[in-house]
Amino acid sequence: MSTTAATVGTLADEHHHGPQAGLMRWLFTTNHKDIGTLYLLFSLLMFLVGGAMALVVRLELMHPGLQYVEPQFFNSMTTMHALIMIFGVVMPGAVGLANWMIPMMIGAPDMALPRLNNWSFWILPFAFSLLLLTLLLPGGGPAGGWTMYPPLMLQTQDAFPFVIFAVHLMGLSSVMGAINIIATIFNMRAPGMTFMKLPLFVWTWIITAFLLIAAMPVLAGAVTMLLTDRYFGTSFFNAAGGGDPVLFQHVFWFFGHPEVYILILPAFGIISQVIPTFSRKPLFGYTSMVYATAAIAFLSFFVWAHHMFTVGMPLTGELFFMYATMSIAVPTGVKIFNWIATMWRGSLTFETPMLFAVAFVVLFSIGGFSGLMLGITPADFQYHDTYFVVAHFHYVLVPGSIFALMAGAYLWLPKWTGHMYNETLGKLHFWLSFIFINVLFFPQHFLGLAGMPRRIPDYAVRFAEFNFISSLGAFAFGLSQLIFVYLVIQCVRGGQRATDQVWEGAEGLEWTLPSPPPYHSFTTAPVVR
Amino acid sequence: MNREQRNRRTALTLAAVALGMVGFGFLLVPLYDTFCDLTGLNGKTSVIAEESAVRLQGVGNRWVTVQLDASINDALPWHFYPVERRVRVRTGAISTIHYRARNQARHAVTGRAIPSMAPARAASYFNKIECFCFQEQTLAADEQRELSLRFIIDPELPLDLEVLTLSYAFFRVPGDTGAEVADEQGEDDDV
Repeated sequence: MSTTAATVGTLADEHHHGPQAGLMRWLFTTNHKDIGTLYLLFSLLMFLVGGAMALVVRLELMHPGLQYVEPQFFNSMTTMHALIMIFGVVMPGAVGLANWMIPMMIGAPDMALPRLNNWSFWILPFAFSLLLLTLLLPGGGPAGGWTMYPPLMLQTQDAFPFVIFAVHLMGLSSVMGAINIIATIFNMRAPGMTFMKLPLFVWTWIITAFLLIAAMPVLAGAVTMLLTDRYFGTSFFNAAGGGDPVLFQHVFWFFGHPEVYILILPAFGIISQVIPTFSRKPLFGYTSMVYATAAIAFLSFFVWAHHMFTVGMPLTGELFFMYATMSIAVPTGVKIFNWIATMWRGSLTFETPMLFAVAFVVLFSIGGFSGLMLGITPADFQYHDTYFVVAHFHYVLVPGSIFALMAGAYLWLPKWTGHMYNETLGKLHFWLSFIFINVLFFPQHFLGLAGMPRRIPDYAVRFAEFNFISSLGAFAFGLSQLIFVYLVIQCVRGGQRATDQVWEGAEGLEWTLPSPPPYHSFTTAPVVR
Repeated sequence: MNREQRNRRTALTLAAVALGMVGFGFLLVPLYDTFCDLTGLNGKTSVIAEESAVRLQGVGNRWVTVQLDASINDALPWHFYPVERRVRVRTGAISTIHYRARNQARHAVTGRAIPSMAPARAASYFNKIECFCFQEQTLAADEQRELSLRFIIDPELPLDLEVLTLSYAFFRVPGDTGAEVADEQGEDDDV
């Protein structure tokens, strides 16, 4: 390891082999940039697939009554939409950014375990082909909801074992990815890159990776129990054999709640990179950000039962989970205030990544507040399983996780491709997304408060107007995303050349590399002072 | 230790943690059962031996109402109902109540009754000495059976609990193939 302040890998380093030619490059690649690209493209593709399913759902819900699809197919659309968006879009999207950015941010030549990295990605296309193909099986795809509660889930027909196996594969892929990320950050940092100098995106990923390793195997266990209950005569969740279906809810949400932070913590990390860049100020309260992230992750293991307040828990249990849930608002509040304080008296400019980041702060907070409402046990008895819950988690996931991924994509696209994206199109994409995401999800709060249940293809006529508005918002939001697809293609193919630093306020090792960075970067470690 | 060895060690350690967490997922099953047993949370009533029941006897002198409820899982072709819907019983006294079950299928069927008590808080004070729910019940075709339950309510039962609801759900035992066998062989498998 060099102790001199080495320059970055430039054209001079080209005696290293470059990428292979053709398709084989992508199949056998162990390069973190290639794998990052694969993850991101896969995520984008799945975003369109899962989005199309959401549009089927919103189409059916546009008017009361049954018009376009069978209820069974409607249910499998809601189920698949959730599984695809969670495991196929947000998680691979965040892992893709981690693959691209973490080695460049910490001054490492590549990920710690490049071959494992190739595996973790290539498992995913198989897992999702398996999941999507179940739609063609007799009895259709899974329709019991992404939470897979028994006994309903056990009534899934031929698709059942395929869904379970697909979930196993997704879990395996993300655990392998998490192991790789931790090994990279722990062992591959450049000299002088101490833990408390790591960019916040890297920090949020350390914590997310630990959550993945702790939570995903529990999901694997839970779905395995479903499988043995169905085929091998066990009775984990079967009351007739002495089991208890409520037990599944406990095991599932023991995974499920950390999972929601797996979806949002990398987003926090991205926002913590974007806001300082366009405020031209260092992040306010870096240390408190690190501790707040760790606190959120720790607390996430003690709040799972707030998803199931209505199963008939004793009062003590309800109080415990209510207070534990509420306490998560404290570290989350720390983060929100730190972002605002970073912007305070900064030299702000509003390029597309910053627009998405500011929208994230505002809209994620709305989702956070409706989450607090749901966390109040007595109120939850009214809101449980209504559209209010749907509005809540879509506000934290779409203008939350998805907007953050968009912000990250716009921030780093010039670095990845070497070309500036089309700022006008980017802004158009932002404003259409921002307006229509609210048209889409805000009315769902009112629907939920008025008592419209979730996961139904038909509803009382008094809910018609808000559903109509919501569906219009959905189509407009969905179509606006095509602008992003066009913009990415345009940016990959050409455009104004990006400088190394790209953004005036950008700081960190990744911005010292050329744009686009060479295939192998930091082959000699830089020294961080 | 060079970087490659360190990477390998980190990876193996973390993989072991992940495997351990799979185990933890399964460990949640006995943990949950123990937790429910200790606290009586899921309304599962307790079981006591004859001798300990005697010790509780005659201590209390409160009258409480026990409402009896019965339900049948779809897969079980039985008729199942309590003989009396409500009984008044004294705490600290052994009482007996009856349910009736009738197999309406033309073949033997095995079922198992799962109890539940509301409010769940009362479950740990409701002690069963003998219950039809302790064993699986096999009814021959058209057989009717009186199912009895002997219990004693702990005199320590909190004062605000005056009405207890005891509910039994009868399930077909998993793997009971009576129907399929019987449909082909007639009624000679009635035992």
